[in-house]
Amino acid sequence: MFLSRSDRILRGALVMLALLSGSVVLLIVWFLVAGALPALRDGYLPRLLFDEHWQPGSARDPQFALMPMLAASVLVTALAALLAAPLGIAGAVFHRFYLPKRLAVWNQRMLELLAGVPSIVFGFWGLTVLVPLINRLHPPGQSLLAAGIVLALMILPTIALTSQSALRSVPESQLLAAAGLGMGRFATVFHIALPSARSGIGSGVLLAIARAVGETMAVVMVCGNIAKFPGSVFDPVRPVTATIALEMGYASSSHKALLYLAGLILVLVTGALTGWLAFGKRNAGEVS
Amino acid sequence: MKSPVSRRNHRRFSDLACGIVGAVAASLTLVVLGCIVWDLLRLGLPHLSWLFLTGEVADGGRSGGIGPVLVSTVMIVVIALAVAIPPGVGCALWLSEFVRPGTVPARAITGGVDLLASVPSIVFGLFGMAFFAQVLGLGFSILSGGLTLACMILPLLVRTTLTALQSLPVDLRPSAAALGLTQTTTIRKILLPAALPGILVGVTIGVARSLSETAALIFTSGYATRWPDSPGDSGRALSVHIYDLAMNIPNGAAAASASALVLLLMILVINSFASFLAERWLRRYHS
Amino acid sequence: MMKSAPLLIGLSVLSLFSGCSREKREIIILTGSSTVAPVVTDAAKRFEATHPGVRIEVQTGGSSRGIADALSGLATFGMISRDLKADESELTAHRFAIDGVGIILHQTNPVTDFSRQQLIDIYTGKVTNWKELGGPDAKITVASKAEGRATLEVFLGYTGLDSADIKAGVIVGENQQAIKTVVADPNAIAYVSIGAAASEAAGGTPIKLVRCDGIEPTNENVAAGKFPIMRPLQLVSHGEIPATARDFLDFLTAPENADLIESHLYVSLSK
Repeated sequence: MFLSRSDRILRGALVMLALLSGSVVLLIVWFLVAGALPALRDGYLPRLLFDEHWQPGSARDPQFALMPMLAASVLVTALAALLAAPLGIAGAVFHRFYLPKRLAVWNQRMLELLAGVPSIVFGFWGLTVLVPLINRLHPPGQSLLAAGIVLALMILPTIALTSQSALRSVPESQLLAAAGLGMGRFATVFHIALPSARSGIGSGVLLAIARAVGETMAVVMVCGNIAKFPGSVFDPVRPVTATIALEMGYASSSHKALLYLAGLILVLVTGALTGWLAFGKRNAGEVS
Repeated sequence: MKSPVSRRNHRRFSDLACGIVGAVAASLTLVVLGCIVWDLLRLGLPHLSWLFLTGEVADGGRSGGIGPVLVSTVMIVVIALAVAIPPGVGCALWLSEFVRPGTVPARAITGGVDLLASVPSIVFGLFGMAFFAQVLGLGFSILSGGLTLACMILPLLVRTTLTALQSLPVDLRPSAAALGLTQTTTIRKILLPAALPGILVGVTIGVARSLSETAALIFTSGYATRWPDSPGDSGRALSVHIYDLAMNIPNGAAAASASALVLLLMILVINSFASFLAERWLRRYHS
Repeated sequence: MMKSAPLLIGLSVLSLFSGCSREKREIIILTGSSTVAPVVTDAAKRFEATHPGVRIEVQTGGSSRGIADALSGLATFGMISRDLKADESELTAHRFAIDGVGIILHQTNPVTDFSRQQLIDIYTGKVTNWKELGGPDAKITVASKAEGRATLEVFLGYTGLDSADIKAGVIVGENQQAIKTVVADPNAIAYVSIGAAASEAAGGTPIKLVRCDGIEPTNENVAAGKFPIMRPLQLVSHGEIPATARDFLDFLTAPENADLIESHLYVSLSK
């Protein structure tokens, strides 16, 4: 590809920007590793994997089980994604293909507002409105279900807005061709628009899942914070982020190193999962 | 073979079903948002006033206003956007125009960006405190907060810009090349303007995210309630103010709700303004 | 317009920095507990009003941050909401307020007081149903505080338990979360700051403080030393502290400033 001089300069600048973007995470991982080193050196890793309870402050029987919390992070995120993705995509379809223009603008503003509600407000709403409802079904109310629902509401706007944008980018020509072929609205949506927008929608879902795993404030208020493997959706759980948020401000230095190690493991596990999802996307024939 | 009548009914049924599911999804958003806003209005509306918007923070935030907090918040968001948009858009441009997807450099950069998206918000706060505040010596400051937020919204901007660029009509780039335009000109005059609506979605979500983020800002831009002299000063963000009032200050619920209402209003104003600007911009290119 | 946009942005960013120069001022830095931070911030405002040339910066980050920063010299004072531990003896603690810790139940719960042993039984899981205490036939939802919190330590001290002994149904972080947990679940029991609970109950929140071993959980009883469970709010320092900092310490414990501490519902030590 022949590049003129201005193009070469531009490419140089863009390469630097891309390198900057890609390497911020390396700094963060290095920071986590540095903080976690004392815990690794003192041999806490096997305890994180095989202990049964999380009681780092106990004088009598300190235990450091990370697995129930990792499982909780994965479960809460999966639940949130399962709830939010279909709703968000369906809502985006509704917005693009069913709503008249005036209402569509209001719908968009509403989603943007929901995206900006602070996590603490979501947490409080969850604790004062959602948890009592769940409590009536099955005490205590603070549970995997509550956390999943609150998280789903938090990531719904991201999925809906990016899906809307992706559906808007479907070439007009394809939709016209479908109409010309006599396809109904549903058929056009299902067989033409959605597949065409698949890549954009997938990106949005990926971003939303990543956000859900890292969400801290809202989850702490409604998940119950009991570090055990849940037996049902009504059981309280404690994702890794909740532990870091609850204990970081009050931890002794060895406890802190443990929390850094927990955070590091979470980031690596999440990275592996999202990497696998993105890889799956690419194999499905989309541009990464 | 199905009769034409049953096929038409089947088509109408799936259309209706799709519409109903979509309507349920959209109304769910409306219901939840309405519920949240209703509670905020109930507790916070009586507390709102012009004095509240411009006054100083007093009595832990229970009386007085949020003037300094608003100024700090706006500065933090502006810095976050100004710092995150160039690398975000630049990285996406590089990935879409200068490199083939699936090659090692493309995958490495994309992987780095995606991994950044899943870092927990509290880890961002701790990282920001260690790196921007301590290592770079910026201390508790609006600048530290803005830079940390920039890191948080970067993956968002990269992904949405990339999607926008990749969704452009496939004949755009070959036509430009056929006309003899350099890539620089193509990008500046054709691709970026065309992709602007998509980029705007990323900016909008980025603004919303910046305003709603708490954990990352408590440790970086800090707790101070005085009017900031410069970005080097510490100044609490609106979300941190809401958090403190809700959690640590007894009887702070009214002020917290009022502050949350102001925050939502800010989002409405910023987003309406942004789409107004974008529409004007686009009209110049599409007319 | 596109050509001048970067220039405009650059100029506006630069203008943000124009306020960077600052006159020489004496600065006192306090970091630490988010429980102590609000009252210290208010006191700082009042102090700055009468002491021009002094600037007091308050940041949060938790009690352990306060300890670390005081030790390393990053802060003039660390703010902590607990007693100093044995391995923190290098620091000097300056107590300026006390916060009582009381047991709360939902307003509809008929139980009105506990003995220490009953509390121990509930929190270790020996007693699991309210009917064993004269209440309705419902499972008790035990709410406890997260590891490292001063309120937890104080509760453990009073009950003589270890954190591994507690069989909690829900774990909470801040006081507000504990209060809202009890509001959401009528069968819950939790322990929180007496001041916060009393204020919420007075404001209409459906919770109530209950007697412990027959003693009423009020700030008056805490001040009189009659109520057994309480934690100190303190500033910690390392080595010599400058004169202005000492003035601020005296300011905090001065009788005319007790209203500040009481407006945050703690018990002032100046009385």
